[in-house]
Amino acid sequence: MKKQDPKDRIKNFNEVSLGMSEEEAIKEAGRCLFCKEPRCSANCPVEIEIPRFINAIKDKNFDKAIRIIKEKNNLPGVCGRVCPQENQCEGACILNSKGRPINIGALERFAADQELSNEKKAFSLSCPGPLDSARGKLRREKPRAGSQKVAIIGSGPSGLTCAGDLARLGYQVTLFEALHVAGGVLMYGIPEFRLPKTIVKKEIEYLRSLGVDIRTNFIVGKTSSMEEIFELGYKAVFVGTGAGLPRFMNIPGENLNRVYSSNELLTRVNLMKAYLFPEYDTPVNIGRKVAVVGGGNTTMDSARVSLRLGAEKVYVIYRRSEKEMPARREEIGNAKEEGVEFHILTLPKGIIGDEKGFVKGMECMKMKLGGLDSSGRRRPMAIEGSEFIMDVDTVVMAIGQRPNPVFLRATPVLKVDRGNKIVVDPETQVTNIEGVYAGGDATYGEDTVIAAMGAGKRAAIAIDGYLTGTKGGAG
Amino acid sequence: MFNILSNENIAPAIFRMKLEAPLIAGKAGPGQFLIIRIDDKGERIPLTIADHDERCVTIVYQVAGVTTHRLSEKKKGCYLADAVGPLGRATDIERVGNVCCIAGGVGIAEVYPVVKAHKSIGSHVLAILGAKNKKLIIFKSELEGLCDEIFITTDDGSLGEKGFVSGVLERLIDSPRHMDLVYAVGPAIMMKVIADITRPSNIKTLASLNTILVDGTGMCGSCRIDVGGDTKFVCVDGPEFDAHKVNFTELIARQGLFKKQEDHACRIRGILQ
Repeated sequence: MKKQDPKDRIKNFNEVSLGMSEEEAIKEAGRCLFCKEPRCSANCPVEIEIPRFINAIKDKNFDKAIRIIKEKNNLPGVCGRVCPQENQCEGACILNSKGRPINIGALERFAADQELSNEKKAFSLSCPGPLDSARGKLRREKPRAGSQKVAIIGSGPSGLTCAGDLARLGYQVTLFEALHVAGGVLMYGIPEFRLPKTIVKKEIEYLRSLGVDIRTNFIVGKTSSMEEIFELGYKAVFVGTGAGLPRFMNIPGENLNRVYSSNELLTRVNLMKAYLFPEYDTPVNIGRKVAVVGGGNTTMDSARVSLRLGAEKVYVIYRRSEKEMPARREEIGNAKEEGVEFHILTLPKGIIGDEKGFVKGMECMKMKLGGLDSSGRRRPMAIEGSEFIMDVDTVVMAIGQRPNPVFLRATPVLKVDRGNKIVVDPETQVTNIEGVYAGGDATYGEDTVIAAMGAGKRAAIAIDGYLTGTKGGAG
Repeated sequence: MFNILSNENIAPAIFRMKLEAPLIAGKAGPGQFLIIRIDDKGERIPLTIADHDERCVTIVYQVAGVTTHRLSEKKKGCYLADAVGPLGRATDIERVGNVCCIAGGVGIAEVYPVVKAHKSIGSHVLAILGAKNKKLIIFKSELEGLCDEIFITTDDGSLGEKGFVSGVLERLIDSPRHMDLVYAVGPAIMMKVIADITRPSNIKTLASLNTILVDGTGMCGSCRIDVGGDTKFVCVDGPEFDAHKVNFTELIARQGLFKKQEDHACRIRGILQ
């Protein structure tokens, strides 16, 4: 798949990956063996019937392809771009043994983009009818008038998926979002160059067309409590409040100016469009030499955003080796191509400030790898006497998030674990409270967009079972 | 969209806006704030809820940059794209006896709901209000009608005593005057000085902090501040903290993070600072 040249792309926020042409997509689809028992579908968290949609692309029936995807996935344009396909569908492809797997992600994106580029057709052709949750197949029925109300708290990947599936089952769904736009991490977290916001907006428009009512600027836990939501006549609630509380390292100097959480940097840039300042009013203050601490996808995003904001040098600081980095190989590769320098086996010890309270350096230690730790990775250990000062004027902490506290503090009846994650039944996503379900990063810590969507899907099926009386609701 | 019911210029560069926002108004407590965004290109800025009725909230702001300048140009009948809240924890209002509320600049409007709440449960409220000059002493009649005692200071002596709120506070403590609680809202340097004055006599002192923030829900950490060695988020843990534990030097430094960018934006838009 074609990409923007690294020399050019570090000067803009346009999408890096340019997608497949029609010709390329049909050719790639033609390589599929159409396995009888497809391992790709079995390894898709939302169980898209992958060979079927690939076959439709092969037949140049792109409308049919997107319809097949949307039977299971309400956000194909997003997933085609940000899913870690190498660990899922593509990782399971039988062709891996003979060389290159089918580029399923690119084909999914192609089908989604074909439809989005032809908006007029989009809604008429690809609004499947309600989903029969028991069988997982389409049941073409109109939403039932006077059907029951379900509230979704948070409009990130899990909430959007749960909302879409419930709307297709005929429920009256309201999505409550704290920010001024829907989309959650898809809007504030993932940068424009990896996931254009117009794609997210169009996919959310699709959910609206299914009848989902989206209420932005509404913080459940502040604007209204969960009890008040139930008092408004909602019969079930899905909590998808995400992992929006940044972690810091608790080292000296972390509150200096130009120390950002990755959340703050990315929110300013992605959600508030600080890269277009001063045309847009939200500023961001990035220096010449930026250290981004961490090894995940958010680390790579923060590093690549910093380059595009004009930083001369961007370093990724990671305490283990590259092998242990949780980021996708593709994203590590993209960052390296763009000139991000990797300082592995390096641990920040403290941040040094100038007299005005701005970062002027960071003290680090060199590490070495010891035996395996509880995560199965080799444990990093400090090398004594290896302290050194790194010449940086900006530090971004991209070392993970914890669940957002606003809703949880206002809802103490909800059972959480020691990490403040909501405790759920992994099959139904039901919490300790009857009628209340949860999923996504609010439940199991940080994971992928598609894993959160899978949870939203399971919750939608369970909520339908609960409200139709076919399955119990309390956990 | 949020309907602007009024936007009056109540003092030089200070405006009072009444916004129709029933969901926020219905929940607003003393000391809480909301976040507004003017339009699609706007930034999210926090503003303390100075007053509210069943359907509307009142915010008071000083023109200090691009957003507040743009806000000041909005007329009655215009709309704001977004308003969300109420955010932060509401002030704990318990009957403590003698409360001294100290406010500077637009902080005077922000202290109003706190004074009102303390009065509503029968505390004795003494207020010390300070500003550069007479014209900038806002909410004077509202607060005079509520407070048991009121002291006013101006830098130039055009109203009340010439000097700062800190001078009055020092004198009252020396007099000696019993105070159970001191509440301070205003410029960071004012709150720092007040904390320094009350610390030796161990008078419980709360400061309402005004940090930079983006989402207001604990997501970005822009508003973090060292309070007694722990990093706290003003948006979800505050905005009020034990003033004796707040690292005001850090607060003042962090407030200046975007000064260069903001000055640049003002210059190119021809907004005088």
